Parts: sequence; structure tokens; C-alpha cells
Amino acid sequence: MSAADSFAAPVAEVPGGGQTLLTVEHLTMRFGGLVAIDDVSFLGADGRITAIIGPNGAGKTTLFNCLTGFYKPTVGRLTLHHPEGEFLLERLEGYRTAQKASVARTFQNIRLFPRMTVLENLIVAQHNKLMRASGFTAAGLFGLKVYRDAEAKAVDLARYWLDHTKLTEKADVEAGNLPYGDQRRLEIARAMCTEPVLLCLDEPAAGLNPRESHDLNDLLRYIRNEHKIGILLIEHDMSVVMEISDHIIVLDYGRKISDGTPKAVRNDPAVIRAYLGQEEHEELPPEIMAGADNAGRSPDDA
Amino acid sequence: MQNSFAYFLDQLINGLTLGSIYGLIAIGYTMVYGIIGMINFAHGEIFMIGAFVSIITFLLLGMAGVTWVPLALIIVLVVAMTLTAIYGWTLERVAYRPLRRSPRLAALITAIGMSIFLQNYVQLLQSARNKPMQPVVSGGVQVFEQQGYVVSLSFMQMIIIVLTVLLMIIFTTVIVRTTLGRAQRACEQDRDMAALIGVNVDRTISLTFVMGAALASVAGLMFLLYYGVIDFYIGFLAGIKAFTAAVLGGIGSLPGAMLGGILIGLIEAFWSGYFTVEYKDVAAFSILVLVLIFRPTGLLGKPDIEKV
Repeated sequence: MSAADSFAAPVAEVPGGGQTLLTVEHLTMRFGGLVAIDDVSFLGADGRITAIIGPNGAGKTTLFNCLTGFYKPTVGRLTLHHPEGEFLLERLEGYRTAQKASVARTFQNIRLFPRMTVLENLIVAQHNKLMRASGFTAAGLFGLKVYRDAEAKAVDLARYWLDHTKLTEKADVEAGNLPYGDQRRLEIARAMCTEPVLLCLDEPAAGLNPRESHDLNDLLRYIRNEHKIGILLIEHDMSVVMEISDHIIVLDYGRKISDGTPKAVRNDPAVIRAYLGQEEHEELPPEIMAGADNAGRSPDDA
Repeated sequence: MQNSFAYFLDQLINGLTLGSIYGLIAIGYTMVYGIIGMINFAHGEIFMIGAFVSIITFLLLGMAGVTWVPLALIIVLVVAMTLTAIYGWTLERVAYRPLRRSPRLAALITAIGMSIFLQNYVQLLQSARNKPMQPVVSGGVQVFEQQGYVVSLSFMQMIIIVLTVLLMIIFTTVIVRTTLGRAQRACEQDRDMAALIGVNVDRTISLTFVMGAALASVAGLMFLLYYGVIDFYIGFLAGIKAFTAAVLGGIGSLPGAMLGGILIGLIEAFWSGYFTVEYKDVAAFSILVLVLIFRPTGLLGKPDIEKV
């Protein structure tokens, strides 16, 4: 499939396999004369990790902003096939994306609630559940049993994610005082506490050392395998991307230039051209340069 | 006489009473500043409206024949809190929400505009004359006597102090322990992120205005009962004093607002008691200047740490 074909029409099936969770059709985002995303269509699957890669300025974060209700797309339809029905994400604004469609997100520059403790960050993420349980705060004010039960459950869920992100011992530390790597993991834990069906991670490995990066891979695999949710991953670190993703979408100057399994994308001439054509070589993923076969495998390759 | 302990105690009681009223108004400033980073200069007018709603309700109850004071007080309290809260909600909805993403200066000027508007609105509807009210709660207990100087704590002062403490406990519980309070703190720290975890930011901000207005209306009721006379202009000075209290305590901090309020009340009372009544406002504002010079974040405020 040539690059031209791949964005000419919406995609029919998910390259990595799996049940379709997210359908992006003809997404275009313009800011005045600047076209940040140009007619991008792709599918994201449930229980899979879909990586979105591309040089800086390719429109990756803009795509996330469209998905999470920050931007209203100029053109296009973003359908989330939620267990409770279909949601058109481009029509949901602000908090409704999280509340109704259960889409969670993390940021490239960490955005925790710095003056809340680690545990509070995870409890506040369960806001809607607790708000309902507390009868919009009245029950919480009087400490009624319904609310205390709901809160106990919320703490249990928080504890579960604290354990899986190795933050249990730091539960009472103010989030702003955590070391960088811990903050990254806490952001993922907080996103998971909203019990999402789709988790959008914007460069979760940025600034992590190799050891932390390795732990992150394990965490993301665990989330995919045990919680069966769809993960969209923006990442520059190719050791993360090639190792854990089931499906890769490559953007360049707002256009989709490749879409397929890691193996297919790695050997796609359009991708190699896009990366090699760059003047700054810092972005250059060594796996792609080498055309490497040793980079790791996705579950579907096995 | 001025050197006696009794006199000191008398001023202390006066100061605490006055401080409670300032503190309740200051909480509204500090909560709104905390959540949207804006000084709501119309908050003093919300306090004034609370006082007017109270006096009107008292008169209506009097006409309806409700003369049992505790019942009347409770009804007035509930009515004043509800109606004033609606004013607070409307103020945010109409004047501030459309400017949520505008530069701060636009919101600030709008707040001053709303303040002028609300003053004139009440002046037009209620006329500019003073509105006196018969004392509703009278009597008190004698707490101390020294050389014939009797210090008494009136029931009104007791009600003011006890009600303030009670409201402080309730509101602190809301902020610290409940889901709404956590959402408010989340919005305060990162509004966009709060929306991304499903917090309805607009509603949370509205509720903050509602809470602030309800507290200000209680302060308005207290002011009415304590001084027995109100006019459309009381919101100005009380608002500025309460704002000073909020800054003194550290704007954004709830205990800070209360502490600041009490301190301003005490400074005023002691200055009036020992020096001159005329310069009591100068004293209060001078303290503010000193605090801003030596501790710009206020007494309980935390300095903003800029991360590089």
C-alpha cells in the first residue's frame, strides 16, 4: 500500500488486529493558514497499543488535543466505540470527554496537581464516581455511610494503581515534590484511576532513564493485557515504540505517511524518507536507520 | 481606665466580633482568587445585598407575625444565604464566565464595573437613605468587672462568634474532605487538567461563587444586627477591609482569610480603643502595607515556586 492510498480513504481494519475502539475519519485541523493535521484517518483497537510517531511538528499532540476535547477539529469525525454506545469525540467538549466517553490523557510536560498528595491526585481522578455517590457532596459533608463506602472503594482503586506504579510508599508526599520519574508514573496512575476505555499518553518516556523506560514498558504492557483498554501512545523513544506497540501510525507535516504493524512501518520507504530527510538528526531512531530486525516484537508477530 | 484589663478585654471582644464579620467576607475573596485567580471586587456588594435581603426578610416576617426571635433568625439566615447565593451565581454566570479566557485585566475591570452596578442597583431600588432596624437580639452576660468597669458579652456578639466558628468548620470540611472541595482544589491548581479527569470546571467555579456569596450574606446579616443600620454603600468599605484581610492572611488560603479578618478586626478595635477612632482605617491599611513589604505572600500564604 502506498502512502498516497493510505490516507485517501478511511481505513477498513486495524493493522495490529483487535476490536476497533476508535475510528478517526478525515481529521483535519487548521489554525488560520496552518494545517496542523491534514486529512488523517486511522483505526485504534481495544486492548492494543497504537503508537503515533513522527518528527516534531508532525501534528501528534494536536491529534490528542482533538481527541480530548481541547480543540474542535476543522473537519472530520472521531468515533469512540464505547461499551455504552458510540461517542463522537469531536462533539464532546472539556470535561465531558472524560466524564461520558472515558478518555484519559497524560501530557508531555507533566500536569499533576502539585499541591495535592499522591493519593489525593488519584482520588480526585475518581471525581464523577464520588460526586454521584456523595449526592453532589451533601453526603460527603455529613460523612454518611454511602459516601464513606464509595470513598473506601476509591482509595482501594488508588492503592491498586499505587502498587502497580511503585508509588505506595510515597502516597502522602505532595505530588510536586516527587522525583521526575515518579511524577511520570503518577500521571499514568491518575489517568487509570478515571477508569478509561481509551488512554492517550503523550511522550510518557520523555526524560526517563533506560531503567525507568524499561519499567514503563512493563507498566504499559500490564495495562494493555490486564485492563484490555486501548492505548494511544505518542513517543519519540523508539526502543519503547518498537518494543511495545501493536500498531504504528506515522505522521509527517500533518499527514499520515504510514500505518501498520511495527514490522511493516519499520520497512516502509516513506517512513525512512521522512526520518532521513530531516536535517536534525537527533530525532533519528536507530532502529529505523539500521532497518533493524532485533528491535523487539509485538504480540502479533509471535 | 484605659490601662485596666477590663478595658482591654472589652476591646478584645469587640475586635473578635468585627473580625468575624471581616473574616466571613474575606473567605469569599480568597476562594474566588484561589480558583480563578481574580479579585472579585463586587464581593463587598454581595455582602451589602446580603444585609438588604436580611432586613427585607425581617420586615416581611414582622408583618407576617413571626416574632419568636430564634425562628425569625433562622428563617432570615436561610433566605439571605439562598437569595444572595443566587446573586453570586448570576454575577459569575453573566459577568465573569464570558471572560474566563480573557486577560486578567478585563475580568478585574468587569469586577469593578459590577461593583458599581450593584451599588446603584440597590440604591435605585431601595433609595439612598439609611435603613435602621430595631435590635432583634438584646441582652448579654457580664463576663468581668474591674473597679466598676463592667465588661459584658452580648448575645449578639456570642451569636456572631459562634456562627462564624461553625461556618468555618463546615466550609473547611467541604474544602478538605468532600468531593466538591477536592474538585475545587484541582481546578485551582490546573483547570484544564481538572476537566480532563472529568471535573465540570464551570460548575465548580459557580459553586465557589455560591459558597462565597452565602458566607458574605451571613456577614451582611451580622452587620445588620450588630450595627442596626445599613445603606447601599456599606459594601465598599467592608469589602476593602475584607480584601485587606484576605491579603494579610495570604490570598488563596482559607485559614489565612479568617486569621486576616480577625487581625484586622482586632487592630481596628484596639486602635479605636487606645488611640483615635478617626484613624482606625489608616491603622488597618498600614498593617497591610507593612505585611506586603516584608511578607508579600501574606501570613499563611505559600510563596509561588517557579519551576525552571
